[in-house]
Formats: sequence, structure tokens, C-alpha cells
Amino acid sequence: MSEKLLEINHISKQFGGISALTDVSLEIQRGEIYALIGPNGAGKTSLFNVITGIYTPNSGEILLNGQAMTGKAPHEMANAGVARTFQNIRLFPSMSALENVMVGRHCRTSAGVIGAVFKHPKAKAEELAITNRAKELLEYVGIAKHTNTVARNLSYGDQRRLEIARALATEPVLLALDEPAAGMNHTETNSLEDLFRKIRADGVTLLLIEHDVKLVMGLCDRITVLNFGKKIAEGTPEVIKNHPEVIEAYLGVSV
Amino acid sequence: MTKSNPTLKIILYLSLGIFLLALPYLTDFALGRIWVRILDFSLLYIMLALGLNIVVGFAGLLDLGFVAFFAVGAYSYAILGSPHLGIHLPSWLLLPIGTVLAGFFGILLGTPTLKLRGDYLAIVTLGFGEIIRIFLNNLNAPYNITGGPQGINLIDPLSIGGFELSKEVWFPAVYNYYYCFLLFVLLIIFVTHRLQYSRIGRAWVAIREDEIAAQAMGINTRNIKLLAFSMGASFGGLGGGLFAGFQGFVSPESFNLMESVMILCMIVLGGMGHIPGVIFGAVLLTVLPEALRYLGDLQNHVFGKIFVDPADLRMLVFGLALILVMLLRPAGLWPSPLRKQEFATVESGDE
Repeated sequence: MSEKLLEINHISKQFGGISALTDVSLEIQRGEIYALIGPNGAGKTSLFNVITGIYTPNSGEILLNGQAMTGKAPHEMANAGVARTFQNIRLFPSMSALENVMVGRHCRTSAGVIGAVFKHPKAKAEELAITNRAKELLEYVGIAKHTNTVARNLSYGDQRRLEIARALATEPVLLALDEPAAGMNHTETNSLEDLFRKIRADGVTLLLIEHDVKLVMGLCDRITVLNFGKKIAEGTPEVIKNHPEVIEAYLGVSV
Repeated sequence: MTKSNPTLKIILYLSLGIFLLALPYLTDFALGRIWVRILDFSLLYIMLALGLNIVVGFAGLLDLGFVAFFAVGAYSYAILGSPHLGIHLPSWLLLPIGTVLAGFFGILLGTPTLKLRGDYLAIVTLGFGEIIRIFLNNLNAPYNITGGPQGINLIDPLSIGGFELSKEVWFPAVYNYYYCFLLFVLLIIFVTHRLQYSRIGRAWVAIREDEIAAQAMGINTRNIKLLAFSMGASFGGLGGGLFAGFQGFVSPESFNLMESVMILCMIVLGGMGHIPGVIFGAVLLTVLPEALRYLGDLQNHVFGKIFVDPADLRMLVFGLALILVMLLRPAGLWPSPLRKQEFATVESGDE
């Protein structure tokens, strides 16, 4: 099963004089749940932005399924199968939950102006398929009862779920989740964990940034720890738990 | 309750159709011929407002130079269909030329402004509108293309299959134009409606709501934005061509910044992104300034003499009305149900 899905080689990213990422490399295998952890400001979200095409790295390369993806635009990354959610939820606030997910189908559908105006059979069928798939996905993440609610009016937890449904609508091979459990209570986190397992079982590889240590240790196959833009450790939860540099980064040095 | 009754719907549409057909007669009878002309202008403004609505209402790109596309449509009709250059192309060719040319100018404006949003975009588009107007004003030397400040006169009237709309046949010319414009308005409403509830329409709204999230969903924001610009502009161009053929005369004065602002006001006042609201706004803002001309008569009637010059009072009352509407109904006079829901949560103090 060890087939490389995403390869990140020696990525560096600077903003002016500040190095957000320095020579970070990692590999994600198909079908695993991979976590990126580290203290605040360690460069986790920057790395996410590099992977999803929002930032162009200063050096280094990104390979998806062995193909070079460095410097691709965000929509090209989405087309290639990398979907994401955002740390500070970025839904389309005045669209309904259903419409939000329908937008996610954009890159897998093709109807243009002609199809929209004339609604020929093919365009009609496609539109129906988009709606049906969006409804399925709302059901899948467990917010089917809010189909017609405006995204802004959903509860915080449901907004997070909606963002996941929207990302899944792009049919990703890699789903990148930026702090999906932030601000959630135990019950919510547990049901989210079940959702992640279900997504993985359906063949999607997961990459997540998370601060909830319990969730990460219980769920993830492998973990990379970033600190000050550098990778300080990588391995299974067991290895990470006992890694001296990780303990130092999180707790400070014990003299 | 939300289940719509099909027979009721048919009756509703039928009566609306009859009303629209009878409207010029009713207006002529009740208010006089001049008001039928105002009605024609309302229809033109509906086209413009629906065009701008695609750019501003759907895609959320604040465009303050929209009148430029109106001008492109009008001038292309005027130049290729008047004694000015001695070219007399038929209407059925002139209108598509104006529409396509305006769409092209939409892309021309869109391309350099792709990275701009909000106020920055507004300033660039404002400049673009002015550039077009200044070009029209000065392109009379060394070759006289636009007729300069004098504009172009004696433009060929609109004609359909050899029938000139400016001729009285069964009914007066203004009626002809009314029915012709009505057809085009219905066409534009149809296209806009279809676009709104399509993959393209959703992509526009997604860009308006959150551009980065839209990109992450695989939307090529560059293409989708350019599409919005060119679609909106082409509606403006069509309106411009009809305007030129209706008016018989174009000059740069008709395409100043105030026009752009008015069209924007129609959208904001009516209900951004909501087709019925935009139509309502367009009709209201065309009719209201005209109706306010009668303020002089009203003063005469009530006080026996005119206290304030109606020309001054007119714009004062008009401005006041705009301020009041925006304060009392920030989502517009007739917002879409979703947008209403949204504003309601803001007002109820949702933290």
C-alpha cells in the first residue's frame, strides 16, 4: 500500500526577510491520514498554502502522483485533486448550504454560457447530477437537514462540516484540513473523527493540521512536527510522543 | 404554502403579459404621449441595469464606468448606420455588432483589473468610463470618426425586416419602440435568469463571496471574471445600439459618469443580484426624476405660486429619497429572499 501520493521536496518560502518555511520535505502515502503539528507560527498553514497553490515556494518542488505541481494556481491544484478547508472557515456566506457544495462541483463539470442559456439535455442532466451529488454530500457529512439554510446562519460545527462537504465535492485524492476540530467539544470532535475515518475508507487521503493532541494521536498514521518553519520530527504517533525535540518545542527546555 | 399552484401561475403570467401589452395605451391615455417615451427609456435602463447587475450584483465587481459599454454600443450603431460616414448597415446587423464590440471592450477593461477589488476596482473602472467618453469627444480629428462634441446625427432608425419603427403604421412610433424594447428586455431577463441558476452563475457569486475559497474549489477566477465583464458589457452594448436607433442622435454628453452612477443606484436601490429588484429599481429611477418635474405644478396647485424652482427641488428630493431607502432598507427595496434573511441576522444583533 505504500504508494507515494504527495511528495514535498526541500520547500522554502520567505516573506521579505522572514523565513516561513525552510527546507521542508515530506511524503504522504496514498490512503493514510497524515498530520502536521507544531506550535503557533510554526509554518503549518504556510505549508498548506504552498501545497494548495495559494503561495508559490521560493525553492523546492511539489509532486502529486509523481507529477510536478510546483507553482500551479489554486484552481489547477483543485483540478488535480487537492481540496482543502480553511483555518478560519471560508464558506460562501450568503449562499445556501446546498449551493456551497454545488460550487464545489465546478471543477468536475463543464456547462458554459450556452448550456446555461439553452439548457440542452446534456446541461440539464449535468445540473441535476450536481444537485444530487451535493445533496448526497450534505447527507454524508451529516447536515442534510440544513440543505437550504444560508451558510452564515449555520452553527460553527455545521459550518466546519459544510466546508468539508464542499471540499469533497471536488472529488479530491488528497483532502487537506486546516484545524478542523478547532473550537469543538469532545462529542463533536469524536463524531468528526468518525467522519475522517469514513472519508479515508472511501479512498481519500487526509492531511490535517490539528492542535487537538488526543485526536491526532488516535487518528493519524504519521505525523510531521514543524517548529520555526523547520521540520523537527516525523514518524508514527508513538515516535512523536517521545521525541525529545518535540517535547522541547511544546514545553520548553527543562534544564 | 411554498408549493406553487400551476394554474395560478399561468393566470398570473397571462395577466402580466396583457398588462405589459396594454401598458403604452394605458400610459398614453392617463398621462400623455411623453410618458410612453419615458416608458421606452425605462426599458432601456432595465437592460443596462441587468447588464451591470451581472458584474456588480452577481460577481461583486464594483464597476463605476459601465456607461462606457452603453456608449460603445450606441456609437458603433451610429457610425455604421448614419450619413456620417455614409455607411448604412441594417439594424439586424448593427445590434449584434454593438453587442459583440461592447463585450470585447468588457474584456479589455477586465484584463488589467483582474487583481483589483472593491474601491480600487471602482477607481479604475471610473477612469475607463471617462477615457471612453473623452475619446468620443476628441475622435473628430484628424479623421472624423465620432463627430466630436457634436455627436452623430440622423442615425438610421431601428427597423425589423424593412419595417421602420419610427413610422406610424398601426400605432404611434413610441409604441413600436416600446414593443421592440420589451422583446429585448424579456430576452435579457431570460438569459440572466438562466445564467443565475447555472454553474456559471454560482461561480460568479462564489467569487463575490470569497475569491480564495472560490479558487480552492477549482474555479478559474480569471476566466469567470472576464466572462462576467463581457456578458454585462454586451447587455450594455445592446442597450446602446437600441438607444442610438431610437434617439436618432448620440453625443458624448449622454455617457457621463452620472449615468454610470444612476445605473449603479438602480441596482443597489432595487436589490443587488435579484432580477425583479433590479428591474423595479431601474423603472423607479427612470420614472421618479421625471415625475418630480411636476413638483412645480404641485406647488402652484397647493400654494398658488412656485416657491422653489422645480429643477432644483427635483434632484434634492431625489437624493433624499435615495438616502432614506438606503437607511431604512439596506438590502434594497425588493431584495432576494436569501439576502433578506442575511440582513435580518445582521440587524438582530448577531454579535
